[in-house]
Amino acid sequence: MSEEQIKSLEADFDARIVRDEKIEPKDWMPEKYRKTHIRQISQHAHSEIVGMLPEGNWITRAPSLRRKVALLAKVQDEAGHGLYLYSACETLGISRDELYEQLHSRKAKYSSIFNYPTVTWADMGAIGWLVDGAAIINQVPLCSTSYGPYARAMVRVCKEESFHQRQGFEIMHKLCNGTPEQKEMAQDALNRWWWPSLMMLGPTDAESVHTEQSMKWKLKRKTNDELRQQFIDQTVPQADILGLKIPDADLKWNEETGHYDFGEIQWDEFWQVVKGHGPCNKERLNARKKAWERGAWVRDAAMAHAEKQSNKKIGKVV
Amino acid sequence: MKKNWPLWEVFVRSKNGLEHRHFGSLHAADEEMALENARDVYTRRNEGVSIWVVESKHITASNPENNGELFEPAQDKVYRHPTFYDLPDDVKHM
Amino acid sequence: MKNENLYNYILGIADNNLILGQRLGELCGHGPSLETDIACTNISLDLLGQVRSYYQYASKLKGEETTEDSIAFLRKEREYVNVLLVEQPNTDFAYTIVRQFLFDIYHNLFLEELQKSHDITLTAIAKKSIKEANYHKRFSSDWVRRLGDGTPESNAKIQEAIDNLWTYTDELFHQTEADKAMVKEGIGVDVTLLKSKYYEIVNEVLTEATITVPDTKWFQKGGKNGIHTEHMGYLLNDMQFMQRTYPNMEW
Repeated sequence: MSEEQIKSLEADFDARIVRDEKIEPKDWMPEKYRKTHIRQISQHAHSEIVGMLPEGNWITRAPSLRRKVALLAKVQDEAGHGLYLYSACETLGISRDELYEQLHSRKAKYSSIFNYPTVTWADMGAIGWLVDGAAIINQVPLCSTSYGPYARAMVRVCKEESFHQRQGFEIMHKLCNGTPEQKEMAQDALNRWWWPSLMMLGPTDAESVHTEQSMKWKLKRKTNDELRQQFIDQTVPQADILGLKIPDADLKWNEETGHYDFGEIQWDEFWQVVKGHGPCNKERLNARKKAWERGAWVRDAAMAHAEKQSNKKIGKVV
Repeated sequence: MKKNWPLWEVFVRSKNGLEHRHFGSLHAADEEMALENARDVYTRRNEGVSIWVVESKHITASNPENNGELFEPAQDKVYRHPTFYDLPDDVKHM
Repeated sequence: MKNENLYNYILGIADNNLILGQRLGELCGHGPSLETDIACTNISLDLLGQVRSYYQYASKLKGEETTEDSIAFLRKEREYVNVLLVEQPNTDFAYTIVRQFLFDIYHNLFLEELQKSHDITLTAIAKKSIKEANYHKRFSSDWVRRLGDGTPESNAKIQEAIDNLWTYTDELFHQTEADKAMVKEGIGVDVTLLKSKYYEIVNEVLTEATITVPDTKWFQKGGKNGIHTEHMGYLLNDMQFMQRTYPNMEW
């Protein structure tokens, strides 16, 4: 294809997105669009399955049967969401195995928040309330992103996630209305998860490399800073309801802007965690690799059995 | 040996009276597993009463490059639609 | 307590589900594929759902301060009456599948009979549970066939799991005092009558899966009387952690 032809295809393509038309797997698309989508969708999928681990850490220790089934169902949903997203990614011409390979070799990233440890039961509350809260803010706009399979996966994900944040908030609420020890546990969890949750919404706009292109392709509808402000504005009143204190001395309502002002985020920590130096980066990755490696003989056996079965069927016909 | 589980497309009938609709895809080694996985992955919230699975490679898809010749010729066949036809005002419903 | 036998009988059923559900819960996030992970969690959720129905019923019988959670989390190891089979660890996927399979075949036969109980609560639970248990049986039997027939490696692994877990099967058919009393009242299932059918089905699937049926004649027992394998203490330690560390709190 000549350069001119590609230019004209690209112009048509951009125009379709501006018209709010969806792009489907077999449509022509610029190579950069394909690559960017593989990167973002797979990163999202990896975050779902790595995200199973910190919460999975408490399934066997959940304090009541009701909490146990709710947590189990929630973590299972995350597996489902990972699966929907990997499937969406596969429509772009890359296999799930290749995507795993990228995760295991640290070529692909996942949300840095899952590199923090879950040390008390209250962390299950804080993750549901804050981390899922931040995730929802990020995800809802993606339901109308330009790539059809991604948008459809996100519609399903958002629908299913609606119980996740409530599940977390309910845990926090119960703790905050329990004994002083329980309330302290809740406050401690908020103290540890607050800043990582703010970081989870991504680097500041000034530092964010992909924003402009992503806006054009509707991979992003709002900037990281806008999302962060939205998250803070909606979460602070919820903390008030719980009677918990946000661990930020500079946090205060700004009458003029109609938003909360907040203190400085320690971006150093964020970049260190992204680079692999968070408290649990190694554990998380090792757990994923181990599950995959230990499952190899199972997957092979299932394939071998399937092949024998289909050979038998063919044999019968002939 | 390294052979990956193939990809399957999942179609679910939400309730009787409705058609099967494409729900998504998954990996499975054989058709029983594909059905079971589809049940576990796509109907956890009571979303279905019937499931079809088909290995993705068996689907033949039209090529969007041919969309012009395939679909545009239908655009000007306005006489296939009821609004093409004039009725006297006193005929209220037809 | 007036209905002590019934109470103990219910725990005899439900403790199996609780401990097996707990074991499966350990695997969530660590399965051999995402699809299998989701499937095993579904089974765990089914079992735990059944547990709650049984324990809620049992807690009503006991009255006082008893709740589903006090039954689940606040007993001593010697007071859990699950069979030894279900507490065996997830050594690898073959063990997980074989443990499930050996339990599922029993569970189905058992629920089939429990549906005829004179106790309407138990009948109702059985009617709901058997649909779930049927699916579990289908899932685990399919996997036994796959792993048995698959590769030499998978065949060796599942054979090992069968050889090592076989010794826990006979206990499924032992009667406790509560069992005997409840059978007499037309409430309980006579598990001794399920035994031959059980081995018939199990042998059929194993043979189909090219797995050798062990000829062990010596079987382990004790779980039904609260005498467990060494694995049980650690399992309970985990499960009871919150309730023991923070007593008398609501979550």
